[in-house]
Amino acid sequence: MKKTLSLLAAVLAVSAAGTAQAHKSWLLPSATVLTQDQWITVDAAVSNDLFYFNHVPVRLDNLVITAPDGSAAMAENPFTGKFRSSFDLHLDKNGTYKIAVVNAGLFASYDLNGEKKRWRGKPEDLAKEIPADAKNVEITQSNGRIETFATAGAPNDTALKISGKGLEMTPVTHPNDLFAGEAAKFRFTLEGKPAADLKIEIVPGGSRWRNAQNEINLTTDKNGEISVTWPAAGMYWLETSVQDKNATIPKATARRASYVATFEVLAQ
Amino acid sequence: MRMKLRLSCALSALLAGTASAADLNVGLEVPSLDVAEYHRPYVAVWVEREDNSVAANLAVWYQQKAGKDAASGKQEQGSKWLADLRQWWRRAGRTATLPIDGVSGATRPAGVHKLSFNDKQPQLAGLKPGKYSLVVEAAREVGGRELLRIPFQWPPAVPVHADAKGEVELGTVSLDLAP
Repeated sequence: MKKTLSLLAAVLAVSAAGTAQAHKSWLLPSATVLTQDQWITVDAAVSNDLFYFNHVPVRLDNLVITAPDGSAAMAENPFTGKFRSSFDLHLDKNGTYKIAVVNAGLFASYDLNGEKKRWRGKPEDLAKEIPADAKNVEITQSNGRIETFATAGAPNDTALKISGKGLEMTPVTHPNDLFAGEAAKFRFTLEGKPAADLKIEIVPGGSRWRNAQNEINLTTDKNGEISVTWPAAGMYWLETSVQDKNATIPKATARRASYVATFEVLAQ
Repeated sequence: MRMKLRLSCALSALLAGTASAADLNVGLEVPSLDVAEYHRPYVAVWVEREDNSVAANLAVWYQQKAGKDAASGKQEQGSKWLADLRQWWRRAGRTATLPIDGVSGATRPAGVHKLSFNDKQPQLAGLKPGKYSLVVEAAREVGGRELLRIPFQWPPAVPVHADAKGEVELGTVSLDLAP
């Protein structure tokens, strides 16, 4: 139990790192556009540079892979090392797979007998983990998603459906149909509703070999949509987050949600 | 080679008066490359509408049989690498059921390859009058990738010759249309 908790804490810390500017969480697929019945391998890490393993791995405990028919797909050969996690995925169905690490939980801080206490965990454990005589209880609900996409054969949209929880992205342009010089549209939702005025940051990979992040900063319109014209082929990292008081879990006083996705943009 | 093409063009022109069919002839040069590790390129030839959608698949050449990967010795389907023809894959390949009848074929050696079609054949039978491009894309294992486009009007009113020259992965691609 203790181990599970500390793992969860690590996972939450990772998702928190995603929302703070310091580190970037990501999934990096070995390929995104494939012929039928192929394998891919996916790396998952937290780092400053994109896409280099130089900080900590993203743990795979909350890995959720959705197959083209909406069913759950299983990662094979999962491994978590010093700098990265890695797993293989057999794309045995035709269509688009959504690969996601979905972290959801609560952060609580409170005073007990004059001492500051902190707790991280799941909503169902809240009642038993925080003593009844705790004072100044502040509870933040946290929801983080790290996603990427891969398609075998023709792309489809079944796996792209959102859950309605936290910050999510619904592609208007298919995420495995991105080409340099073309515009792509994505729609963002918070708890399933269009997220307007959301700040979106997009950073191209290969940042180790340049002096600047070269980030693209965008803001969603009233429909929660952005349009980005890819300057060049390559892997891109997209990140956005919100922090407000509109918690949806009972007793939670604040809400934090983040969304990260990795896209491959192909050359023309 | 150029002369030969001209000749065939002139011949088509000569026949134009009597023939009712419109012809589309492609000359496709797979260049001879002096490289340490050579594999024949995967090549796709298709007719593109102005909005980049595919009006007709003319040819796609790839390794037909499962081959042995040189490094791992494992059997691998030749169709695995078709996505490297990335424009063709995007526009046609990913929605196609392989092999495509009369379109799929084996890879070809260096040299000029001729492909002949007329409007009675299924590939061109449905081609409505309008502006199109002939597109040729080549991708070579451990090599490069190249794409050439030749715009044309269909059906041709008069015999038409056009060509495009590739940089590395494709030699000269010629298009000859005859009414």
